[in-house]
Amino acid sequence: MGTLIKKLSGWGRYPVQSCELERPERYANLRPSGDSLIARGQGRSYGDASLNQAGRVLLTERINRILELDVEHGILRAEAGTTLAEILRVIVPKGWFLPVTPGTKFVSLGGCVATDVHGKNHHHDGSFGGHVVSLELILADGAHVTCSSSKQPELFWATVGGMGLTGIIGEVTIKLLPVTSAYMKVQNLAAENFEQLFQLLSDTDKDDRYSVAWIDCLATGENLGRGVAMFGHHADAAHLPPKLGDPLMAKPSHNRIMPFDLPSWILNPKTIGMFNDYYFKREGGKRKTFLSGYDSYFYPLDSITAWNRMYGKGGFVQYQCVIPDATAFEGIKELLEVLSATKRSSFLAVLKRLGAQGRGMLSFPLAGYTLALDLPIREEGLFKFLNRLDEIVLRHDGRVYLAKDARLSAESFHAMYPGYDEFMSVKNKVDPDNRFSSSMSLRLGVGSKTI
Amino acid sequence: MSKAVLILGATSAIARATAVAFAARRHPIYLAGRDMDELPRIASDLHIRYGVEVRYGPFEAEDTSSHAAFLQQVIEDMNGLSGVVLAFGYLGDQLAARDFSVGAKVIASNFTGATSILSECANYFEPLKSGFIIGISSVAGDRGRQSNYVYGAAKGALSLFLQGLRNRLFFSGVRVITVKPGFVDTAMTYGLPGLFLVASPKSLGERIACAPENSADVLYLPWFWRYIMLIIKHIPEPMFKRMKM
Repeated sequence: MGTLIKKLSGWGRYPVQSCELERPERYANLRPSGDSLIARGQGRSYGDASLNQAGRVLLTERINRILELDVEHGILRAEAGTTLAEILRVIVPKGWFLPVTPGTKFVSLGGCVATDVHGKNHHHDGSFGGHVVSLELILADGAHVTCSSSKQPELFWATVGGMGLTGIIGEVTIKLLPVTSAYMKVQNLAAENFEQLFQLLSDTDKDDRYSVAWIDCLATGENLGRGVAMFGHHADAAHLPPKLGDPLMAKPSHNRIMPFDLPSWILNPKTIGMFNDYYFKREGGKRKTFLSGYDSYFYPLDSITAWNRMYGKGGFVQYQCVIPDATAFEGIKELLEVLSATKRSSFLAVLKRLGAQGRGMLSFPLAGYTLALDLPIREEGLFKFLNRLDEIVLRHDGRVYLAKDARLSAESFHAMYPGYDEFMSVKNKVDPDNRFSSSMSLRLGVGSKTI
Repeated sequence: MSKAVLILGATSAIARATAVAFAARRHPIYLAGRDMDELPRIASDLHIRYGVEVRYGPFEAEDTSSHAAFLQQVIEDMNGLSGVVLAFGYLGDQLAARDFSVGAKVIASNFTGATSILSECANYFEPLKSGFIIGISSVAGDRGRQSNYVYGAAKGALSLFLQGLRNRLFFSGVRVITVKPGFVDTAMTYGLPGLFLVASPKSLGERIACAPENSADVLYLPWFWRYIMLIIKHIPEPMFKRMKM
């Protein structure tokens, strides 16, 4: 099978590395080759998780067949390269939805497992791995093994959130969520400062299956951390206005394309501030609950193809961290203060409550609050600044999300992920030669004896 | 009247994209091929995504003696056919020119096997006075080049065969369409140097599935290959033989 050498990056377009790619079209060809290999689905992790400068990258994009759909019980089995978009197209008209979805549907099933993604419903439903019935994993020796939370559970929970480092995820079986409509019932509540916003997200009376908050990172002083909290749940078909027609068929949103790299000066504190004012008034001004198609509710940015070009040629880093409940308020406030003080403008800042920690040994979510920031790379100083954020996160016993990461130090990683030793004891058994490795795993010293 | 479409050589990327495009047009599908691990995967995928009936079974292009019974079985299983897409092919490698045992396999698959099964299909459609036969040939069959002339000769012969068949079946109202793909982004070409204007299998599948409704008899895909090949065909032989292609 031919391989192709190509410059590759994650969704953040940083770093860019030359990698040797292999792209199987048959399931039998989804197997380890070479000394070092990492599987890559849609390349939607932000940093270097799906890059491998030192070896090969195995593209799973053509291993994307849906193999079984039990419409009665809501069980779906598909190959790892299948995207959530493809799955939604099939299941929503039949009255099912994804149990957990990240903010884009253009991700592969394998990627969802490997990063144990979470959605706006983490505080209710946990992360993706909790809804996986079983996995077929292709190990370093080429063996196919099926694992689940009851069959080889150590291998299963090392693979969920394991960043592709235990083997190649071949097939995934998930349990779906029943819905009666393709619409969401949404309510927005504006908050003038961080304290109010934080309270909105923690208020159990206002709570809903899905919740998330947008933060205006440029607001300072008494408005520091002002934003809009957004709550939602799947709308009941019985309560939909009849003019919407078939409740399971929502109109797809219009697609637009970001056709070029936006010059980096366009996004500056002034323009972002203007946008934030507009957005705060528009979204915060919606007093009543309203209906939204699932597409525009869950995937607003998917309607702009290649939106990552908005941050210019240099790419961007998404910094996402979680801080445990005990000190979440102080910790996140401190992060926002530091961000605001340096006049670093994050175009997108999202705050979200996370529920109880799952069982994935390297999974990101833990009970607390997570903050995500998009930061364009314009100067080297950014990386020093992010190290400062790491210190704050570490001081509050939090951690940084590997699916978004491009720059965390090995030392900080080991301090943030106490499940690492358990993970390594599983990895050493199934992959003693560390054949499954990526640019990220080498950077973080995964499998290295020296740390 | 059955709407079923038989895809011969159903596990290649182009064949899969073609099957997808036909299934999206609500045609029941029969997938025939050699790889019995892949066929059920593609079959369940098509069925789940498009809700059409999909069956599959083993088919060996080089085993021509099995072809009549194979087609009979498919027709029975699907309650008749409305069309056939011949998508199998064997590229061989550079050895094909030096080592006739490899070359013979290239001819046996791309030409002998193809004519055998297509003759059976033609005999089925002719008395029905309807249906279509789509043969996926190659631009490599338009002119012999040192890099792949055994494959090119077999595909060129297939193009001629399809041309004759088109003439014969015209009077019965059966469409015969020759498809000549240029470079397509598949496992066959992945990582090869010197490719340009590479098309996606998806775009090819779409064009192939709407070919029966259109009037073109010979379809270059993407369209500009017609003109690229027009130029290549008209290079004078004394000059062409000196070229490294």
